[in-house]
Amino acid sequence: MIWKRKDLLGIEDLTVEEIELILQTATSFKEVSTRVIKKVPALRGKTVVNLFFEPSTRTRTSFELAAKRLSADVVSIAVSTSSVVKGETLLDTAKTVQALGTDIVVVRHFCSGAPHILAKALPMGIVNAGDGMHEHPTQALLDMFTIKEKKGKIAGLKIVIVGDIAHSRVARSDIWGMTKMGAEVTVVGPATLMPAGIERLGVKICFRLEEALKNADVIYLLRIQKERLERNLLSSLEEYHDFFGVDTERLKIAKKGALVMHPGPMNRGIEIDSEVADSAQSVIDDQVTNGIAVRMAVLYLIDSAIEKGRRKAK
Amino acid sequence: MKLLIKNGRVIDPSQQLDESLDVLISDGKIAKCGKSIPQNDAQVIDASKKIVVPGLIDIHVHLREPGQEHKETIATGTLAAARGGFATMACMPNTIPVIDDEATIRFVANKTAAGGKTNVLVIASLTKKAKGEEIADFGELREAGAVALSDDAFPVMNSEVMRRAMEYAGMFDLPVITHCEDTHMTAEGSMNEGFTATVLGLRGMPAQAEIIMAARNIYLSELTGCRLHIAHVSTAGTVSLVRQAKKRGIRVTAETAPHYFTMTEESVRGYNVNAKMNPPLRSASDVEEIKKGIADGTIDCIASDHAPHTNLEKQVEFVFASFGVIGLETTLGIVLTKLVNEKVITLNEAIAMLTVNPARVLGIDSGTLKTGADANVTVIDPDKKWKVDVNQFASKGRNCPFDGWELTGAAHATIVRGTVVHCL
Repeated sequence: MIWKRKDLLGIEDLTVEEIELILQTATSFKEVSTRVIKKVPALRGKTVVNLFFEPSTRTRTSFELAAKRLSADVVSIAVSTSSVVKGETLLDTAKTVQALGTDIVVVRHFCSGAPHILAKALPMGIVNAGDGMHEHPTQALLDMFTIKEKKGKIAGLKIVIVGDIAHSRVARSDIWGMTKMGAEVTVVGPATLMPAGIERLGVKICFRLEEALKNADVIYLLRIQKERLERNLLSSLEEYHDFFGVDTERLKIAKKGALVMHPGPMNRGIEIDSEVADSAQSVIDDQVTNGIAVRMAVLYLIDSAIEKGRRKAK
Repeated sequence: MKLLIKNGRVIDPSQQLDESLDVLISDGKIAKCGKSIPQNDAQVIDASKKIVVPGLIDIHVHLREPGQEHKETIATGTLAAARGGFATMACMPNTIPVIDDEATIRFVANKTAAGGKTNVLVIASLTKKAKGEEIADFGELREAGAVALSDDAFPVMNSEVMRRAMEYAGMFDLPVITHCEDTHMTAEGSMNEGFTATVLGLRGMPAQAEIIMAARNIYLSELTGCRLHIAHVSTAGTVSLVRQAKKRGIRVTAETAPHYFTMTEESVRGYNVNAKMNPPLRSASDVEEIKKGIADGTIDCIASDHAPHTNLEKQVEFVFASFGVIGLETTLGIVLTKLVNEKVITLNEAIAMLTVNPARVLGIDSGTLKTGADANVTVIDPDKKWKVDVNQFASKGRNCPFDGWELTGAAHATIVRGTVVHCL
């Protein structure tokens, strides 16, 4: 299996073999992070730019550290929405980044499809770090890495994703990835936050958390945003907690040793109770740690594809 | 000045005419249609193996002038129309300023007289400034030349305002053309609601947002007696409502646009901004029902809904891209290729949908080759094979979803009040 893509735009596009290659590559990079000197020279002399059109601390930091541990030069640019309003187009901003001699751009954008515009127009490698409600592929990869690490496999596991499925790029990427890897995925949440036709992605829909949690191997909680109240997509955060929040009682319904996961940042007391978030079953911190290894793997593979392209061109 | 169109197959649904005839034009009027008319001093257009029809009418065009001349002007828009075989168009009032008074109608008329290639009819705004709050002065608008009233681009949400508008419009016998959309249900949406929107992570606009408003407007037509014309039907549900309403004798007509019977929401994949329009492209079953509605006469007209935008407004993030596509230069080719050649309707039915039917909706004395009528004539080459190339368009817009399509059938010549404005 040879990685051929210069871009990682979504999990939808990936084959099972490609996903496995990334996870396998990440395993060796995870070891790097345990060393005293957490650095390898794989991307020495290469420039990685994090181009973030949406505020983010954890994903940006994770990509920064991933690039640094590969010895790349890395810069993060936070493009405020106001400068977008001032008139520079996305493509112009990205072209400026390219003119600076950038090899790989990591893009976070509030519009679905924004990284696709760049991938089509520019020769740089593009990594989607979350686009609108569309995909967040590295999150799904680190989630799958964590599940595989803890459970030894993904195929056959019963995974329950709870929350705002409609607006979640994490849910979409996880559904693509986990179903491709053979898991049995159930989505749970209020009907108002369930997107049209989601069952066609091969998931089960359930509106009762208790029912969905039976025999679950993994409970994946999504962040609930208060803005959803404004559009009548939620009646109140209290009611959401009553019906869809995971507390210790509900956790007991799942299989013994079921994993509790969350992409962060958590709303303690809304989608997850503190006792659950801090329990032995919670692997939320592992997800963060593994994120670096997975992102190192993605940057490394994309760089290798670009290098191969360059050698061919010569 | 005389013009003789010789040896064409003349199809004029307004007179149930379909035979090989010559058409003589004199002083901008149809002098006669007949066999072997002698040439005398007339200029001749050879129409052998071609079809001669009343000048095509596009009932739904956004000309953008005044106010958005960077997108299109009356000069470029009417040239595009002429190339596409349209002798007449009705332009929508969502310009800047909105066409809601006599002065703006006069401006459009003056610009058309000065640099327009085709006839331009004006559809005026249903409400002042298109705000959906106060009805416009329909009497003044009609006297200034408006042929219809519309809320296109800014649907009237308040049913009481709509009721009064239709009541008042009915008094002047002006048809009300409605863009049926419950805008509360479509807020921030950018494509059809459904599986494709879910996968692409785009907010959806449900079919019901159109259907609900179509139903409301049909019931208001029943209440007020006002003639209602439903613009750009995109859903199976609306087709069904119009079909039932017609059976019940309600004065409703409907149009659809080429993209609604040739494309589905799947075309949006890859964040294709030229597949973004309002109403949005729907599902395959909607496309099938629209074709049935075209075939059984539920849908009366095909309109382009020509909506030009610049690349700067279109080639951006999908959610920011302006709604709308252009169609003046492709509508005839699409209708011939996808409806006639694929046997959804006959050639005569297709010509009716582009001539006499829109003329009847607008209540204008056009769309006919009767002796004495304005000499608006389109000569169609039904066999011409061509490939759509947006870079060849006369329109300023390049936002065409049909770019690269192979079509059969094109406008060979377009004649407007006796003047040849386009000839291949």
